[in-house]
Amino acid sequence: MSLITTLARLEAVSTGTAQPAATVRHRHLSAHPLVFVPLTTAGETGAPLGALVGTDRDAPRLLVVPQPRDRDLRFTFLAELADVVLPHLDSYADSVEAAERTETDPETGKRVKVEVELCADAPQLIVPGRAGIEYVRLLGRSMRFRRTAEQDPEAPYPAPPRVPLLGRWLTHFGERARVPGSALLLAMTDLLSRHWATGQSGIEDQHLGALLAWIAPPEGSTGAQAARVAELARDGDGQLRCPPAGPATDPAFDNRLLAPALERYDRARTALAEAADGLQADGRLAILTAAEREVRALVESRTRPTWDAVWQGLDLLRGLPEGARAEERWTRDRWSFTGHRDRVLAGEPPQPRRDDAVTAANKLATREREQARLDAQEALDDPLVMAGRRLSGEAFAGEVLDVVMAYSEGRRPSPRPLVTVRTEDRPQLGERAKAYRSLDGRPQSAEFVGYEAEGVLVLRVLDKMGRGKEPEEGSVPEKGDRLVFTLFEHEQRGGARLPDPEQTPWTHGGPPGEAAPEAPDTVTAEDVL
Amino acid sequence: MTTTDFDPGAAAAQATAAILHDTLHGTDRGVVVDSPPGAGKSTLVVRAALELADAGRPLMVVAQTNAQVDDLVLRLAEKNPELPVGRLHSSDADPYDKALDDLPSVRKSAKAADLREARVVLSTAAKWAHVKVDEPWRHAIVDEAYQMRSDSLLAVAGLFERALFVGDPGQLDPFAIVGSEQWAGLSYDPSASAVSTLLAHNPGLPQHRLPVSWRLPASAAPLVSGAFYPYTPFRSGTGHGDRRLAFAVPSDGSGPDRVIDEAAESGWGLLELPARHTPRTDPEAVRAVATVVRRLLDRGGAALSERSPAPSPLTADRIAVGTAHRDQAAAVRAALAELGVRDVTVDTANRLQGREYDVTVVLHPLSGRPDATAFHLETGRLCVLASRHRHACIVVCRAGVTDLLDDYPSTEPVQLGALMKFPDGWEANHAVLAHLTEHRVTWRP
Repeated sequence: MSLITTLARLEAVSTGTAQPAATVRHRHLSAHPLVFVPLTTAGETGAPLGALVGTDRDAPRLLVVPQPRDRDLRFTFLAELADVVLPHLDSYADSVEAAERTETDPETGKRVKVEVELCADAPQLIVPGRAGIEYVRLLGRSMRFRRTAEQDPEAPYPAPPRVPLLGRWLTHFGERARVPGSALLLAMTDLLSRHWATGQSGIEDQHLGALLAWIAPPEGSTGAQAARVAELARDGDGQLRCPPAGPATDPAFDNRLLAPALERYDRARTALAEAADGLQADGRLAILTAAEREVRALVESRTRPTWDAVWQGLDLLRGLPEGARAEERWTRDRWSFTGHRDRVLAGEPPQPRRDDAVTAANKLATREREQARLDAQEALDDPLVMAGRRLSGEAFAGEVLDVVMAYSEGRRPSPRPLVTVRTEDRPQLGERAKAYRSLDGRPQSAEFVGYEAEGVLVLRVLDKMGRGKEPEEGSVPEKGDRLVFTLFEHEQRGGARLPDPEQTPWTHGGPPGEAAPEAPDTVTAEDVL
Repeated sequence: MTTTDFDPGAAAAQATAAILHDTLHGTDRGVVVDSPPGAGKSTLVVRAALELADAGRPLMVVAQTNAQVDDLVLRLAEKNPELPVGRLHSSDADPYDKALDDLPSVRKSAKAADLREARVVLSTAAKWAHVKVDEPWRHAIVDEAYQMRSDSLLAVAGLFERALFVGDPGQLDPFAIVGSEQWAGLSYDPSASAVSTLLAHNPGLPQHRLPVSWRLPASAAPLVSGAFYPYTPFRSGTGHGDRRLAFAVPSDGSGPDRVIDEAAESGWGLLELPARHTPRTDPEAVRAVATVVRRLLDRGGAALSERSPAPSPLTADRIAVGTAHRDQAAAVRAALAELGVRDVTVDTANRLQGREYDVTVVLHPLSGRPDATAFHLETGRLCVLASRHRHACIVVCRAGVTDLLDDYPSTEPVQLGALMKFPDGWEANHAVLAHLTEHRVTWRP
């Protein structure tokens, strides 16, 4: 935790409310985000219990699996989910703009510019917390390899149409969420804790109710008190007043409310199946419908508070102006969305279970580059974030005291003005360290020459002054300017190109070859207990 | 084997001969050499490079940093001033050490095509990754292979047919600045070390080990070997009487002076400050480190070693300060400047890797901390800090680290298929602390 975060958290503790950790919003927010609040069943991995999903905060779509262990009901749920999510994704797929991309020409091997489509906007998926992102990945993994009856008439348990496609999309969103600064799939707790510092630990910030309580406590209460209530307060039946944002549910809810309701549903279903005649069946069907309605009501009662909390969080975030460079990062998300749309349209197979060596290395390189880019861009967009970097010695702000013109040696002398800056910050400047400032959005680099006195340092400006002997107008700092220099670079260089997967070298096991079906795990004694 | 019949020179020569034989005449595509701290890794790399060049095999050398590359070029030119050597460098300003300009046989270029005449071409892994060739090099030497990430080996492995991989398995593992749990357990996890990927895919490759540390004194080798290399022990190349550290000015009885005397006598010293939770740049501990360095210089130290019959003065360039974090290093630098000390190297463990000094002063990574994170417990970090010295190592630490270790056992999740590293940081930290406690000087500044 950086020093400024620690200070902000201490301040939050002493004042009782969360403190701003940013002055602008560092993530793009869609005008119509698709909010997804899933719940899962305890004890069985990947058995959804239900979800609220939709783009209209007043009319969420409630999807429920009245008996989560029933695979048919689970498929029904997933098919319904696909009916909500896929049309939303499709609505972004058709509106495109022309763009250029550099590609390697397969014939000449040269890098050439090609005209391609770029979706004008991309869908955004918002879940309450980080566990929700994990759940999106899990759902994606469980669905994308399913075969529909149309794809494979022999498949023993065919999936409803469109379910595998939903799996591929959720996998893509889940994978994209690992890229720092991306905004296709966001967790509300991450978003809020990026922009506010609370007086509790990072783990406690994962509780959406408590986090919101710190940021916007109800009247007459401090954030700390409200957070405590959100975490612990229970009603007369022993149920949490602020249900956990999921996907896991509170055990007290599972035991006292959900389990009996599921049991009543099971009994009603068995009774219906055993009905002797039509009249009896009619009566029992009514009991079954009532039992199902009861489960639906329970699921809604546990998801609706979270749903409202997510929208409240969106309101809070929309109160902040968007950071200047968030749009650029969102464009990368649009590229990502367009790319996957094209892969789906081209009939490519679903994402493999595991990345091959080259794909894994490429992903890691991209994410490291994006992390560095995000760190730099957030600081440049936001003086409060920059203050944190200044405090840790990675940047400094100061006033220009003097500018002396100087030139480089060599046949064609170029301007290398010496700039004297007074700063109260304590940058960790080593010998000939590079410093950068933003000149109309482009980074201008300078070199640390030395200290003239305590807090007064001299920099040599190195570039962005044009080609001539005299620097271009406005390209050199002037006496009296107040500037911010960073010791970190503003832009990231592209990494080296890795070999194609078919060219994987011997050190990494050679080319991956055809995907062979994996042998199932051998049955052990524990499997047949 | 007892100390009397162990001939370090012969043992090292035997290991080197076997390595060179496998490299020059073996049939395997790779040879892996594990080298403990100061075991003559660079000497081995230079020697192997010269022999491969003599055998007429075009050779590329991959190192991890520009400083390492320049160092190897200088050593190669010193051993064989005639050999045409190529230094491939980046197109940044000042891409290589200016000393290379004085070497007539060394050609420097930012383009690999310009260096076709050179028998040996050296560069960093990052630069090699941008090189495209029609025909791969016959042979490569990969230096500091344990500090190289698997993905950077992936980027360069297509450039060579066969390779010698040399590195120190006990030092800091490479790291990624973003999470990479997604690939944990895969044989080609891009954030793992190059050697672990190489061996996972080529388990039959010959693996060698350099058995003697020429840097570490007899007082340090057993501890470092036992704590960090429990299954691959090594010995010190010198005996107990071979190195001595003496001071002209007697102790003034203060804590720093007493710990200096203890370290001069035994090779280790622990200056223990009262227990306290502190910020990372603990002002008292930082000042204590600076004071110890100041006194080391003021007391007119002389270091006697097997290198020369006369003792050499302990000057600022023979002393280093090691810390865990960069802000700590910056704080120590500022404190030293206040005391008027110049030219003492102060750096983090990552940057001290591969360097050697007569005396090191270490700010313990866990000193004053309320918790022990995986970063601070990492075995390699402590190993680097405790193995940079030829004579003595002085550790400055707040009391209570043992209790801290007991309160925070390792809690990293176990990943299926991922290689477990032994010993874990927890165990290694305890082993080192237990030893240091025997050389403890408590001091209240």
